[in-house]
Amino acid sequence: MADSSPQASTDPGTTATSSPEQEQFDRIIEQDSRIEPRDWMPDAYRKALTRQISQHAHSEIIGMQPEGNWISRAPSLKRKAILIAKVQDEAGHGLYLYSAAETLGTPRSVLNDQLLTGKAKYSSIFNYPARSWADVGAIGWLVDGAAIQNQVPLCRCSYGPYGRAMVRVCKEESFHQRQGWEILHSLANGTPAQKQMAQDAVNRFYGPALQMFGPPDGDSPNSQQSMQWKIKRFSNDELRQRFVDMIVPQAEALGLTLPDPDLRWNEERGHYDYGDLDWDEFKAVLSGNGPCNAQRMAHRIRAHEEGAWVREAAAAHARKQADVETKESTLLRHA
Amino acid sequence: MTAGGFDSATRISVGQALTAEDIAAAGLHADEDVARYATRLGDDALILSQRLSWWISRAPELEEDIALGNIALDLLGHARSLLTYAGTAGGKTEDDLAYFRDEDDFTCVHLVQLDPGDFGHTIARQLVYSLYAYELYTALSHSDDPTLAAIAQKAVKEVEYHVDHAWQWAMRLGDGTEESHRRMQAGLDQVWPFVDELFEDDDLTDRLKGVAVQPSSLRPAFDDAIRRVLAESTLELPSVPQARTGGRRGEHRESLGFVLAEMQSLARMHPGASW
Repeated sequence: MADSSPQASTDPGTTATSSPEQEQFDRIIEQDSRIEPRDWMPDAYRKALTRQISQHAHSEIIGMQPEGNWISRAPSLKRKAILIAKVQDEAGHGLYLYSAAETLGTPRSVLNDQLLTGKAKYSSIFNYPARSWADVGAIGWLVDGAAIQNQVPLCRCSYGPYGRAMVRVCKEESFHQRQGWEILHSLANGTPAQKQMAQDAVNRFYGPALQMFGPPDGDSPNSQQSMQWKIKRFSNDELRQRFVDMIVPQAEALGLTLPDPDLRWNEERGHYDYGDLDWDEFKAVLSGNGPCNAQRMAHRIRAHEEGAWVREAAAAHARKQADVETKESTLLRHA
Repeated sequence: MTAGGFDSATRISVGQALTAEDIAAAGLHADEDVARYATRLGDDALILSQRLSWWISRAPELEEDIALGNIALDLLGHARSLLTYAGTAGGKTEDDLAYFRDEDDFTCVHLVQLDPGDFGHTIARQLVYSLYAYELYTALSHSDDPTLAAIAQKAVKEVEYHVDHAWQWAMRLGDGTEESHRRMQAGLDQVWPFVDELFEDDDLTDRLKGVAVQPSSLRPAFDDAIRRVLAESTLELPSVPQARTGGRRGEHRESLGFVLAEMQSLARMHPGASW
C-alpha cells in the first residue's frame, strides 16, 4: 500500500521541486514495487545503479582469475569439472549483470572501458592471490558466502532487471558456496598437510571476506541514499554480522579455526562479537595497492587486446551478411 | 529396465545419460584391449580439454569464455567416462589414470598436444578435432561394446554443438577481415600436419573389429565436411606435409610433458590423498 507520509518529498532521494514523474517514482519506491527500464527515474538513481551493477559485473569477471588459476591443476577430474563449471558461471553472471546495466542506457563496451582504464572498481577481494588449492575452497565458502549475504536482499532491489538477475545469480552462488565448503571439508578430514592447507587458506581469506560488506556504517557515505531508494536493504554492518553468525558454526563443523581472537558469542546481543578489521589494509587494496591488482588488470587488458582482431572479424562478417540480406531483399522488391 | 534406467545385466544401456560415476558404480570389467582403446579416446579428450580450458578468462569475448569453457567441460566429461571404463580392466580409477600415469603411458594423438596458439589456431584445431570426433562417436554409437556405445551416444550430441561452434567461427574468421583470414588460414596450416594421425589404423583397432571404429573408415566423411566448411569460409585446404606420428604408441611431442607436469603436480604432491 502507498504510504503518503509527508516526509517522502523531503527525503534526500527526491528533488526539491517535485514533478509528476518524481511523484510517480517515489510512489513506486514506497509501495515496494519495481522501477523498470522505460520508467522515469532520477538521474542520481540511474547513476548509482549503473555504478553498482557494473562494479558487480566487473567483480564477476575479475573474480574468474583467482580460481581460474587452479583449473589446470585441480587435483581430481571431478574437482576440475566442478571448477570449470563454476568459473563459467561467473562469466555468465557478468553477462547478465552487464545486460542489466545496459538497460540503464550505458553500453557494455563503455562499461568495459571503465574497467580497463581503472575508472571503475571491482571487489577488492579478487586482488588477493589464490595460492593453494584450498584457496579455491575458501573462496567458495567465504567469498561466495559473503556475496550471497549481500546479494539475497538485492533480489528485492527496487530496479527490476537487477533484482531479477540476482535471483538466478543467487541460486548459482549458493551452489558455489556449498562446493567451497565441501572442498574444505574434504581437506579438513584429509591428511595433516591437507588440513594445514585448509587452515592457511581460511586464515588468509577470513578478514578480506568480512571486508567485502564495505566500510563500517559510520564510514559508508553512499549507503543511506541507496537504502532510501531500496536498492540496498540492510546496512554493511548488519550484513557483516549475519555473515559472521552464519560462518562460526560452519567453521566448527569443518574443524577449522577462524583467525579472530575476539570472536565470541554475546548472549545479550544474540550475536557473535568479532574483532576490529584492518581498514587501512582495505583502503590500500581498494586504491590499487593489493597483492594482485596490477596482475588482475594486466590479465584482463591482455585478453581484451589480444581478442580485438576476433571481435573485429565477427563484426565485419555480420556487416557483410547484413549487406547481402539487404541486397537480396532489394532484388526481391524490384523483381 | 531398473528404476535407474539401466539394463539389469550390465546396468548400462545405450542412450541413457551416462556419467563417470554411473560407470564406476556399474561393476563393469573392460577387456584389456577395450581398455587400451578407451584410454586412447579418453586421453585425446582429456588433453584437449586441458588445452581448451586455458581460454577461460582469456577469450576475446565473454560469450567465448563461456562457450570454450563449455566445450572443455564436455570433453572432460567424455574423458572421465572413457578413463573410468578403461580403469575397470585393472582396478584403477579415472584419477589414477589421469594423474599417476607417466608421459609414455599416455596414448593421445599429437593434435591435442600442440601449444594453444592464438584464437585462429584454437578454432582450426577445434574444427579438425570436432569433425573427426563427430564421425568417430557417430560410428562408435553402434559398437558391440554397450558401454562404449552408450558413452558415444551421449558424446555425439555434445560434439555436434562443438562442430557448429568451430564451423561458425571458421566462417567469421575466414570471411571477416584480412587479418582474421590470414590468422585462421595460418591456424589451419599449423594443425594440418597432424590430421593423418587421427585416421591411422593399427593392430589394436584391427583386433577390435565391431567394438572399435576403424579410424581410416572415418576419413571420407571428414574430408567432405572439411572441404565444405573451408569453401564456405573462403579458406584453402592446406597443402603441407604430414608430421611423423606416434601418439598412440606413447611417442609424444615435447609439449605433452609440460601439460602433464602442470596437470598432475598437485595430485602427485599428495599421493593417496582424496580431494
